[in-house]
Amino acid sequence: MTRFILKRCGLALVSLFILSVTIFTLIRLTGDPATLLAAPDAKEADLDAIRVRFGLDRSWPVQYVRFVGGALQGDFGTSLYYRIPAGTLYWQRLPASLQLAAAAMTISLVVGLSVGILAAVNVGRWWDSAGKLIALLGLSMPSFWLGLLLIYFFAVYLHWLPTSGRGTAAHLVMPAIALSGYFTAAHMRLTRSSMLDVLGSEYVKLARLKGLPESWVLVKHAFKNALIPVVTLAGINLVLMINVAVVVETVFAWPGIGRLLFEGIEFRDFPVVQTVVLLGGVMVIVANLTVDVLYAWIDPRIRLKS
Amino acid sequence: MPGSIPASASRASTLLYPWSLTWRRVRAGARNLPVVSLTILGAALVAALFADVLAPHDPELGNLRHRHRPPAWVAGGDANPLLGTDHLGRDVLSRLLFGARISLLVGFTAAVVAGALGTAVGIISGYCGRWVDQVIMRVVDAWLALPVISFAIFLAVLLGPSEMNIVIILAGIFWTRYARVIRGEVLSLKERDYVRLAIVAGCNKWTIMRRHILPNVINTSIVLSSLIVGVVIVAEAALSFLGVGVPPRKPAWGLMLADGKEGMMAGYWWVTLFPGLAIMLVVLAANLLGDWLRVKLDPQLRQL
Repeated sequence: MTRFILKRCGLALVSLFILSVTIFTLIRLTGDPATLLAAPDAKEADLDAIRVRFGLDRSWPVQYVRFVGGALQGDFGTSLYYRIPAGTLYWQRLPASLQLAAAAMTISLVVGLSVGILAAVNVGRWWDSAGKLIALLGLSMPSFWLGLLLIYFFAVYLHWLPTSGRGTAAHLVMPAIALSGYFTAAHMRLTRSSMLDVLGSEYVKLARLKGLPESWVLVKHAFKNALIPVVTLAGINLVLMINVAVVVETVFAWPGIGRLLFEGIEFRDFPVVQTVVLLGGVMVIVANLTVDVLYAWIDPRIRLKS
Repeated sequence: MPGSIPASASRASTLLYPWSLTWRRVRAGARNLPVVSLTILGAALVAALFADVLAPHDPELGNLRHRHRPPAWVAGGDANPLLGTDHLGRDVLSRLLFGARISLLVGFTAAVVAGALGTAVGIISGYCGRWVDQVIMRVVDAWLALPVISFAIFLAVLLGPSEMNIVIILAGIFWTRYARVIRGEVLSLKERDYVRLAIVAGCNKWTIMRRHILPNVINTSIVLSSLIVGVVIVAEAALSFLGVGVPPRKPAWGLMLADGKEGMMAGYWWVTLFPGLAIMLVVLAANLLGDWLRVKLDPQLRQL
């Protein structure tokens, strides 16, 4: 087990290394960072001053070591617009993102699990077809369009909910629904197929043969086991939700890290954009590592095979 | 499906020419074509190809005296701006038709480029194995970890807004999906007898990859492409919506949604409704086609 964990951690570190090199190189390949950092009308002397100040006059390997060294100590450079460290900005905005993602995750699990189970239990019947249609719509509908439609219906037409911003619980409703759309469909599909797998298994047949009531078989034997892959996917999706919310956050002016990223683009605030993308990648790698290790811990076959 | 191949003679020919198997499967499946999907995609294709002829107005030219005209069937509407006009008085229908051109072109090109690149890399990685495989797969892992939309935005800011750049960015992001799946298939394909025989017969490594491996993974690539086209179209719309995709003023669906937002707050819903509906229908059609192809071409992928 220790060997397995060490190996997985090693692979994750390699991924992190490649990730940082990718972002570092892309910035330098696509242009001089000094021109991104300076005002559009900056003179050559100003650019030189910026290069010296940010260490851009050094060779690439030296710059990379500095970049990683800083990042490891939590120093991601200073925001050009806000004039405070980009890392600080990130931590300030993260709670809003977490709140939105948690709300969207709750919706997607409640709807996804219940419709998914109903579809699996009534496979081939009305509920199943309805579930398939909802899943297909959810996977095809762009989240920002869903958000705009919600704003029109609930805010402009019915005046029930505020159009944008963060504050009361009412502010959270529409962005959470818009963000959850795609994930609800994904959770629904997985719950259905996982539930169908379990319902066809030997131990469920045995439970039925023993004469247990169907509801008991579903709740006690089938549901619990069908839940494992869904919970895994949900864990990874939670991390994804935090990092793909940029469009939804822009539609609803929700002050999370997605909005921070978008503002970073508008103000050409390069250190901020870089920080959000890099930390997003780190989050996904750590989440994948956690899932791998947890799975190996639960199921010895996985760690013995590799 | 193996059951649909009638005689043993044709079975032998399909082993020699896997391509003919592909077409036989497509023909066999033509009986229950996904009508809805093909209709929507056909309509979008017609709109994209003949937008110049079909569009009643110039998509980029507005008339400020005709701002926010409602669609024909709404009170105060007229048959001429059939789907109404936007905040600059531009015809929504004309912009929708020209928007199909941008969406389909970007979506299709990016998916094909990503598919070609990812398939090639996946085959090389899977067939060569050892350190080549290690290096390629570590890069793929790292790129897969990047959150798609923020990474795309990051690259779009670096490269600047244009359709060409969007294609490069999205292809650069999505090739990893193909590489991962194709590599997995190649790992099992290269243990097959016909590959070993080809090695014994003295075939060059590249010849084996091209003649014996590629035809056997092409189905998977086609299925993946049909699923990724939809994702790419939504991603393009999202980038355009955020202002880092297709340059402003052009009639892209994502840009139309961004343009329509202000007006929607004042009740002009049609500028927002139609482009989003167009995106959703095209993506829905692509997904349906993908599901159908998956069942027809590659039964192993049904769980994908």
